[in-house]
Amino acid sequence: MRKLIARVRDRWSDSDVRTDGGEVSAERSLLRRDSVRSAPFWLPPFLLVGLFVYGAVLWNFVLSLTDFQGLGAPDYGSLDFENYAIAFNGGTPTWSELTVDPVWNSLQNTIILMVVFSVVCLVLGLLLAILVDRNIRYEDTFRTIYLLPMSLSFVVTAKFWLYMYNPQTGLINAAIGLVGIGPVEIVQNPDLKLGAVAFALIWQFSGYAMIVYLAALRGIPTSHFEAARVDGASTVRMYWRVIIPQLRTATVSALVVITVFALKAFDFLFSMYGGYQPGPSADILATRMVREAYANQNWAYGSTIAVILFVMALFIVTPYIYTQYKRGEL
Amino acid sequence: MSGATSDESTTTATGGETETRTALKRVVLYAVLVGMAVFYLIPIETGLMTAITDPSTYTGSTPYLPPLEPLVPGTGSFSLEPFGNAFDGLSRGLVNSVILVVPATVLSGLLGSMAAYGLTNVDWRGQVGIYALFIAGIFIPYQAVLVPLTQFWYNVVPLQSMFVPLASFPFVQEYHWKLAALIITHTAYGIPICTLLFRAHYKKLSSEMIEAARLDGASVSTIYRRIVLPLSVPMFAVVFIYQFTQVWNDLLFALTIVQFGDASVVTQELVGIGVSQSGTNFPLRMAAALLAAFPTLIVYILFGDKFAEGVTA
Repeated sequence: MRKLIARVRDRWSDSDVRTDGGEVSAERSLLRRDSVRSAPFWLPPFLLVGLFVYGAVLWNFVLSLTDFQGLGAPDYGSLDFENYAIAFNGGTPTWSELTVDPVWNSLQNTIILMVVFSVVCLVLGLLLAILVDRNIRYEDTFRTIYLLPMSLSFVVTAKFWLYMYNPQTGLINAAIGLVGIGPVEIVQNPDLKLGAVAFALIWQFSGYAMIVYLAALRGIPTSHFEAARVDGASTVRMYWRVIIPQLRTATVSALVVITVFALKAFDFLFSMYGGYQPGPSADILATRMVREAYANQNWAYGSTIAVILFVMALFIVTPYIYTQYKRGEL
Repeated sequence: MSGATSDESTTTATGGETETRTALKRVVLYAVLVGMAVFYLIPIETGLMTAITDPSTYTGSTPYLPPLEPLVPGTGSFSLEPFGNAFDGLSRGLVNSVILVVPATVLSGLLGSMAAYGLTNVDWRGQVGIYALFIAGIFIPYQAVLVPLTQFWYNVVPLQSMFVPLASFPFVQEYHWKLAALIITHTAYGIPICTLLFRAHYKKLSSEMIEAARLDGASVSTIYRRIVLPLSVPMFAVVFIYQFTQVWNDLLFALTIVQFGDASVVTQELVGIGVSQSGTNFPLRMAAALLAAFPTLIVYILFGDKFAEGVTA
């Protein structure tokens, strides 16, 4: 992009000093030939990604149009959108004797989880970043501790939090026991399930939001802070009026990554609930998809739910990549 | 350093009152910071305290705060038995995870580096589009490819039959084909993030130097080997740490490609450990969780900055 602008600028600048003459053009053509010579470098990884990522996404879409039940080969002869009708309206598909539920419930849970999880993560992360940025001692230690859960797997996090939530031995119940509330079953309680999942995920990922915001805060020139100081703005006001508005880019990129994390929370739910059945109040699209395909053998229906997940991810990511492109970041 | 002017410097000689207020502010600030640190550490800490408790004396009234009396080594309830049992229970998974994680990390890192380098040389307008396709791959949910991947590895590619003759070699087992499939899958899925990380780095490499080397007659691959790779060593550390954590921690691909059995990786083994007819063995479960997390935790504690660099790219 920048090269292109430079070239255009050369064209329009003083016509006597054209830079695309003589020696330079030899260099140009050499570099153009390098485009071809570099193909062995970027083509193999590109083909791998093309085959396993994009090829698989396309194949998955085709599978979602079949009645594939896992036995034999999928019948690619009769493609229809029946699975999508089932996904949105429920009913009895031609490939099953039983009625199949629509995806609304798990879609709703997915969106609730995504919104709660990402908003709390970002707010908490921003708060921590501002605190850590206040010239504190042992900053490295605090930073390391806040980001520590991020290095754990979903499975390990689920194990720790199952223990924390346990009615008999868990710290959470011990804490509310001090206030005089009896032991509460948290993990299996339909009203608390999704909140418990969100809370544990926030524990794991809020440190990530902090790191992103911290990097952004460090990128703001000191003069901005000083200018606000000179104006006599209070600290809170300075952050609210001057600093936070400058963190938009950081917010967007953290938000994209965090919402995609939330889409991926399958591993966590699988470990927390010991399998494919987190129950209706904690079922998200990710768990529903894997359950349909791998536990119920409704492979094509699983593919259909996967397409819905993919489209959701697309809606989040495409604008992001486009703005990155517009800003010349790619 | 921090952009915020330190509070100390604002206390000019305006009297004791401001100083007390500033001091009070600092106390509150540290109290919040320490409180949050406790919040992040306590699940891990309670896990550790439980994991070193003798299962026979474990009552469930967990000692959260060390060093409480029963937890002194040599007295009643301190025990390394849960860790021993966890190691036995997880050993197969640990071995398989190591077999998986080393090649998957190295391959995706290397291919990502090649892609990023190759694309910096490309002079067409299309290269941004190619790069955008690489980047978008980071955000595609695994679910979107699970069913085709399972079909691919189980019905299309005869990887399984290729491993039958290989099984006569030492260390090669027939079930290793599943790990090979998992390595290839993780490599393909790791390339996008590795490309992103290297790209930012290679854009900063002085193009004058590369172009000068080119005009001196060095070939594209010589430049990569002699100039670019040596300069990428610190970046490789970041990429390897990030990918290592990703692959080690993954459950979903393992569940669908390996399913269960001899090729199970550590996350799969961990899901069901410590649950039996007689109830839950909490010390064993917590020990197993800590043991499974140990490699990534150690890497993170030793190279935390590099990890942070990886996640914020």
